[in-house]
Amino acid sequence: MTAEEILAALTRILHDLLLNDSIVLTMETRREDVPGWDSFNYINFIVAVEIEFGVKFKVADIESFANVGAIVTEAIKLRGR
Amino acid sequence: MQNVTPSVPAMSWLPTAPDFRARLRAALDTANPADRLQNLVSLASCHLGFLETIQLDRAFAQLALKEAPGFAPVRLGVLASSTVDHLLPAIRVAGLRRRLLIDAYCGAYGQYRQDLLDPTSSLHQFAPQTVLFSLTARGAFAGVPLTASVADVDAVITRFIDDLRSLWRKARGAFNSSIIQQTFMDVTEPLFGSYDRLVPGAPSPVVARLSGRLEEAAAQDGVLLLDVARASERDGIDAWFDTGRWLQGKLEIAPQAAPKYGDLLARILAAQRGLSKKCLVLDLDNTLWGGVIGDDGMEGIVLGEGSAVGEAHLALQHYAKQLTERGIILAVCSKNDTRVAEEVFDKHPEMVLRRPDIAAFVANWNDKAENLKTIATRLNIGIESLVFVDDNPVERARIRESLPMIAVPELPEDAAQYVRCLADAGYFEAVAFTSEDQQRAQQYAANVERDALLESAQSMDEFLRGLKMSVVSGPFTAVDHVRIVQLINKTNQFNTTTRRYTSEEITELTNHPSALTLQFRLLDRIGDNGLVSTMIMRPTSDREDVLEIENWVMSCRVFGRQLEFEAMNIAAEAARQRGARALIADYIATPKNGVISSLYSSLGFSELHNVGSNTGAQRWCLNLENYVMHDTHIARVGAAG
Repeated sequence: MTAEEILAALTRILHDLLLNDSIVLTMETRREDVPGWDSFNYINFIVAVEIEFGVKFKVADIESFANVGAIVTEAIKLRGR
Repeated sequence: MQNVTPSVPAMSWLPTAPDFRARLRAALDTANPADRLQNLVSLASCHLGFLETIQLDRAFAQLALKEAPGFAPVRLGVLASSTVDHLLPAIRVAGLRRRLLIDAYCGAYGQYRQDLLDPTSSLHQFAPQTVLFSLTARGAFAGVPLTASVADVDAVITRFIDDLRSLWRKARGAFNSSIIQQTFMDVTEPLFGSYDRLVPGAPSPVVARLSGRLEEAAAQDGVLLLDVARASERDGIDAWFDTGRWLQGKLEIAPQAAPKYGDLLARILAAQRGLSKKCLVLDLDNTLWGGVIGDDGMEGIVLGEGSAVGEAHLALQHYAKQLTERGIILAVCSKNDTRVAEEVFDKHPEMVLRRPDIAAFVANWNDKAENLKTIATRLNIGIESLVFVDDNPVERARIRESLPMIAVPELPEDAAQYVRCLADAGYFEAVAFTSEDQQRAQQYAANVERDALLESAQSMDEFLRGLKMSVVSGPFTAVDHVRIVQLINKTNQFNTTTRRYTSEEITELTNHPSALTLQFRLLDRIGDNGLVSTMIMRPTSDREDVLEIENWVMSCRVFGRQLEFEAMNIAAEAARQRGARALIADYIATPKNGVISSLYSSLGFSELHNVGSNTGAQRWCLNLENYVMHDTHIARVGAAG
């Protein structure tokens, strides 16, 4: 999967999670840029992404992802193993 | 390396919803709220992942429903020592699957004691009907040193359990609610390895001992258990507990286990309200045995020892037989000639199920949907209390389409997995196991005998006279308590008000001097029908000499035997002895109790107009001063209790 495809999947997951199809995600989007994407829904989002891609993120990464692009990069890395 | 991919609990009995996203969005665009709810319920009946469950819950929340016709409202208070907010969407969605509208309350993290003890807390304002305690075992094993003896461990556990019991008592005292206690998952790591089992103070043995003591205490105190420990053994602890989530947010139950957790809980809540399934309907060819009896004949079908396939089908028969021993009714629905199909039950040496085990046997070439309706009618149970097990995906899809209220498990292709699939689905969740349950199979077999008697009788009157019926009646007693609670809460057809009572409320009624309670047991020459009817009466608030029949239920097994007339004779007499001059009674119509819509008029009550019309209830009145006893063929013998 390319970075763009993963970004599209993350966007779909966030649309579903918050039931809001108007959210636009870019590699630079930060959690606080998206209304409703609080810490509770961040854990939900991480779980949904892990199930979708069949990966497990490290707790250190989950705590420190700077933006959506960082999640995409880590997902590509874990899927490549 | 462990945990490289997420592990998710299986819910394989539910059919998949391939176009979930599109269907959910279509449901959201449905303007009519009733249609939208219906669309959401049909999605809730499918296999939903963690993310789909959250979406469905959000869509449901947008409806902001407090009540809906055909749905039972439930106020659930969750008291937890870990984060549980992520479980609430799944609890509500699993409720929808069972036609429960669950309003779930959970307090702030770690505040459950204050919530319970402070009468001004929002939990007290919420007034839960059921309180779920979701507590971790960490408090217990953290207090036990590794060097502890068995006695030391027991002392710690006793304190833990005593504390728990006092919480149960407080919840009961405050809300008169039923109590559900979550069992303790073993999330500990081995210290010595297998040798842990021989060290009483090691964490895992402490959890095991605690679990044993919890079961004893729950049984003594009438508390129900939500067995996540068993589920986590079934699915693997990694599917239920994720160390990362615990560290991130103190989530004891992993988010991906939420859908299963919600389903396990909703089963119990549904069972408390009489919504568990009652009857297992089995297909025959390639379900109860391998092969097709019509083509392969008695020698050709695969069943029994010596073949893995034959043993797999036999295992399903054993399981069905065990279900009858706990009170589940069996039926057969098959495309076959009746004579050919019945012969297998009568003559095949390997069969575990025999013809008398089957309360309704329907084998013909008609549409199965029609046959399932026939089975429900013949057994006199609601069609929604059927589970239909068929290996053929086409038949399954057809039944789901035409009769969506029937549960149809998505049977795996491998016969070796049939039992597991059926067991995992939890259709027959129970909240009690009574002597009535143990005898139900015989009672249904006896009913087949009674039906034969009815067919040979010249008239209904002759049939009833020939049965030589008698009734044993008396007030509610502690001995019959569990059955009384079960009967009141499971009965949907002959139920005048469909008021539900918790075990605690029935205890209060049993001991209340002004309440007049009656239970009825019907016997006849074929057998004991068991405790089949209860009535609850109380003086009305304004007049001591008028008793109100607050609730009256009767098991569908004894419809058409005149028991309602004899029960009213007994009730009228008991009320007169209390000095009552009149009875009043409400009939509150539901989609299920139409069978008694003219009950009170047939018993000589007159309808009081202009009363209660805004509540949808019909109010009826009976003057006891000129009450004439109804003639019946039921003799009165002794008193129960």
